[in-house]
Amino acid sequence: MRKFAAEKSRNLLAHREIFSSVLQHPTASLYSSSSHSKKSQLLLRFLNTTAAPNPSSSSESMASDYSSTPVKLDSINPKVLECEYAVRGEIVTLAQKLQEELKKNPGSHPFDEILYCNIGNPQSLGQQPITFFREVLALCDHPAILDKSETQGLFSADSIERAFQILDQIPGRATGAYSHSQGIKGLRDTIAAGIEARDGFPADPNDIFLTDGASPAVHMMMQLLTRSKNDGILCPIPQYPLYSASIALHGGTLVPYYLDEATGWGLEISDLKNQLETAKSKGISVRALVVINPGNPTGQVLAENNQQQIVDFCKKEGLVLLADEVYQENIYVPDKQFHSFKKVARSMGYGEKDISLVSFQSVSKGYYGECGKRGGYMEVTGFSPEIREQIYKVASVNLCSNISGQILASLIMNPPKVGDESYESYSAEKDAILSSLARRAKKLEEALNGLEGVTCNRAEGAMYLFPRIELPKKAIEAANAVNTAPDTFYARRLLNATGIVVVPGSGFGQVPGTWHFRCTILPQEDRIPAIISRLTEFHKGFMDEFRG
Amino acid sequence: MTSKSLDYENLNENVKKCQYAVRGELYLRASELQKEGKKIIFTNVGNPHALGQKPLTFPRQVVALCQAPFLLDDPNVGLIFPADAIARAKHYLSMTSGGLGAYSDSRGLPGIRKEVAEFIEKRDGYPSDPELIFLTDGASKGVMQILNTIIRGAGDGILVPVPQYPLYSATIALLGGSLVPYYLEETANWGLDIANLRQSVAQARSQGITVRAMVIINPGNPTGQCLSEANLREVLTFCYQNNLVLLGDEVYQQNIYQDERPFISAKKILMDMGPPISKECQLVSFHTVSKGYWGECGQRGGYFEMTNISPKTVEEIYKVASIALSPNVPAQIFMGLMVNPLKPGDISYERFVRESKGILESLRRRAQIMTDGFNSCRNVVCNFTEGAMYSFPQIRLPPKAIEAAKKAGKVPDVFYCLKLLEATGISTVPGSGFGQKEGVFHLRTTILPAEEDMPEIMASFKKFNDEFMEQYEDHRGYSRM
Repeated sequence: MRKFAAEKSRNLLAHREIFSSVLQHPTASLYSSSSHSKKSQLLLRFLNTTAAPNPSSSSESMASDYSSTPVKLDSINPKVLECEYAVRGEIVTLAQKLQEELKKNPGSHPFDEILYCNIGNPQSLGQQPITFFREVLALCDHPAILDKSETQGLFSADSIERAFQILDQIPGRATGAYSHSQGIKGLRDTIAAGIEARDGFPADPNDIFLTDGASPAVHMMMQLLTRSKNDGILCPIPQYPLYSASIALHGGTLVPYYLDEATGWGLEISDLKNQLETAKSKGISVRALVVINPGNPTGQVLAENNQQQIVDFCKKEGLVLLADEVYQENIYVPDKQFHSFKKVARSMGYGEKDISLVSFQSVSKGYYGECGKRGGYMEVTGFSPEIREQIYKVASVNLCSNISGQILASLIMNPPKVGDESYESYSAEKDAILSSLARRAKKLEEALNGLEGVTCNRAEGAMYLFPRIELPKKAIEAANAVNTAPDTFYARRLLNATGIVVVPGSGFGQVPGTWHFRCTILPQEDRIPAIISRLTEFHKGFMDEFRG
Repeated sequence: MTSKSLDYENLNENVKKCQYAVRGELYLRASELQKEGKKIIFTNVGNPHALGQKPLTFPRQVVALCQAPFLLDDPNVGLIFPADAIARAKHYLSMTSGGLGAYSDSRGLPGIRKEVAEFIEKRDGYPSDPELIFLTDGASKGVMQILNTIIRGAGDGILVPVPQYPLYSATIALLGGSLVPYYLEETANWGLDIANLRQSVAQARSQGITVRAMVIINPGNPTGQCLSEANLREVLTFCYQNNLVLLGDEVYQQNIYQDERPFISAKKILMDMGPPISKECQLVSFHTVSKGYWGECGQRGGYFEMTNISPKTVEEIYKVASIALSPNVPAQIFMGLMVNPLKPGDISYERFVRESKGILESLRRRAQIMTDGFNSCRNVVCNFTEGAMYSFPQIRLPPKAIEAAKKAGKVPDVFYCLKLLEATGISTVPGSGFGQKEGVFHLRTTILPAEEDMPEIMASFKKFNDEFMEQYEDHRGYSRM
């Protein structure tokens, strides 16, 4: 019975005027000074897209049974109410409902199945795991079979060898034990060596904190940096809503900077400067800059000189650079390359003490797409030992991240090498996945650009397309009439007609009056033509219905 | 140079305030000594596999097969995996469209939540709703999620037992809430006295704190006691009367070492009590795969079950869970295996029973050896470890030792534990990390070192303690008894 919780909480908050992190703060006028009025609207819209009263809010009254209980909606942590995460919001809830209906009553909808294009969850759509990685994980989970001769018939020789190596790095060879709170030292050594090989600059295993996916690492940094609403974090708009949600949960202020759709979601340093100055002038102490590269939901890959400008900007302004680099293996165009911010900073001659930099990496993305494992790490450089101690302490409260995820993080940073028994099958699997993703990105982008009123930048990297839709006035009016953001209205209609699940652009933030949605490029390649024709047919019908 | 974002003085104050002794000064010193080549006996964390406990075979077989599902198609798979493990792997893989590699529902796989609900129903004799069960990356994440939902600011208080497991104090500090302590009575076998609870609440209220929730740890950590049915009834009534959510940390429910007080869940008692309390008193219960005879700490698997929490609040908790996408899937399968173990007649059943009974019976003997050992030492008294994984002896420190500690700039029990570590390699956690009455000192050890090593460990502790007491005792008296 999960209704659109965010919508209701927004209503509640709107009533109680505690929409604090940006709007009600004394510095809220930050975003409404005349030169920034456009952006103020943008932000308002970003946070308030569907804030009109919910007609289905009759459920508000049904909680009377709970009226005397200590934990009620109006007495829980307001920061919990405030945070939002659209990737799993209203549209997904509707999709789950439709899926149930299809199961109970096949043929009840004009499609046979729900196609989840809302979330970067490749294996749920049929992507196969890399065999070598899974062999090693299975052996580490059940080391009792390592010595059996039958095992050699079932597993590759190098996976057996790698499992032995990994087990030897775990104190007591105990995969069922809590590890060091930063992660198993031997695995961190491997990861550091992988970073070094990638960047050509040294990496220190003591700088690495293994985490249950990249998200907890982001939370940890936000927790560390945020003292109150007066602390701001510069975030791209559009952004991956983990950032807005985490900032809201920790009670800080999101200071937006805008990616320019017209220049392929380019990042303008002058806009960064403007946003920073405006925030400062309103008493916000801006503490960090988030950069997502390759971009989510926007798919752009930053050029190296742009990265250099960003590094200089952070250095000059004393900002921590939070670099979300989880899509580093997902590059689809020959004219772009991934460069880690650490490599860029070191190439510019900035050393450990010159810039504070955190790089996030995950086992969930790339060609491996092992979302269910919850493995990831952050590499923190440019922090004093006492800060490091504080990060370690906070990590230790949760004891450690899961060991299977830790092992996998070491594997992705040190995959089979030329000459290893598994190398050929590994690289064939990897190349097949990446080249197929590139083809899917291209096909979908072309199809989207062929639709009336739709423009779509190419996905240079990551796993998403973020097309802009020029919605007819009548569609916007129809959306307003049912108190729904127009892009949510479109996404809902798309889902109801085709079973395709996308995330409305308002969940990521967008320039006011523009409408987008995010669609992953992850459905299996043989399904893409059918998706395109369903999407095209729907869009045509939608435009016919609402045009002129 | 300008002040930088992450300069120490610019950090979130709540982060600085938070303390987590289980991995604090003693642990760091022990790690240093280990690097220098000294043999360290880690008894600071309830981490059984790190001390040589072997994992149960069957769950490891099932999870290995789920990790490498291509093995299921290999005609030779039966050579090293039994048929019931193969069947169970297929059972769990059928619950997910993307195997172990896909995010699950943010609350965990529905099929496994259903198995958890069936387990609770069987254990308690009352129905359990899978929609109110959330799987988590270990119980700690669940505790953090629930406390984050409750705590709005420093005006919100959480009743926490003292001594307590420092997860609670650390999380409350991180979230900026107020810890309201209630003391467990050492002389009454760490009993929970309702009069004391009332006092704590009254005092907190007089300071303007809204007390919103109460934590119980049953069986106790670090104190090892099992709550009686009567005591649980009192606690639930108290929570009901004072409008508190009860947070029941029941992660040690398999770890029971006596027969007089078996584990009873707070949920069962709540339901036994009938309406109105069974319909109104709010309860969140926590469980894990890290403890019991499983001890699968490294997997980070856990769940919480909510009772009498309004659907709208459940939605908010779901929303926050969804920001973390999903708990790790291998650990969800461990949880499924734990709550739905093998049945008589299964091929692997006998082995499973042999392994799990072996572990539990040995833990029971170790609990006895350890508490007997402590009680045979000079100036040491220790309640019997009825459950959980820890002994929490009181060390009556002579005044000279307390003076020496002060001189060294150490809390007296930290001073004692450091000396113990340097002399014997036994790494413990000082009682001050858990909270204790003023002037009283304890340490916590796990009962997890291998059984065959136990006599030697206790002998080496006794020798150290004798020498320590000899050095500092001048027969003028002790720290308070």
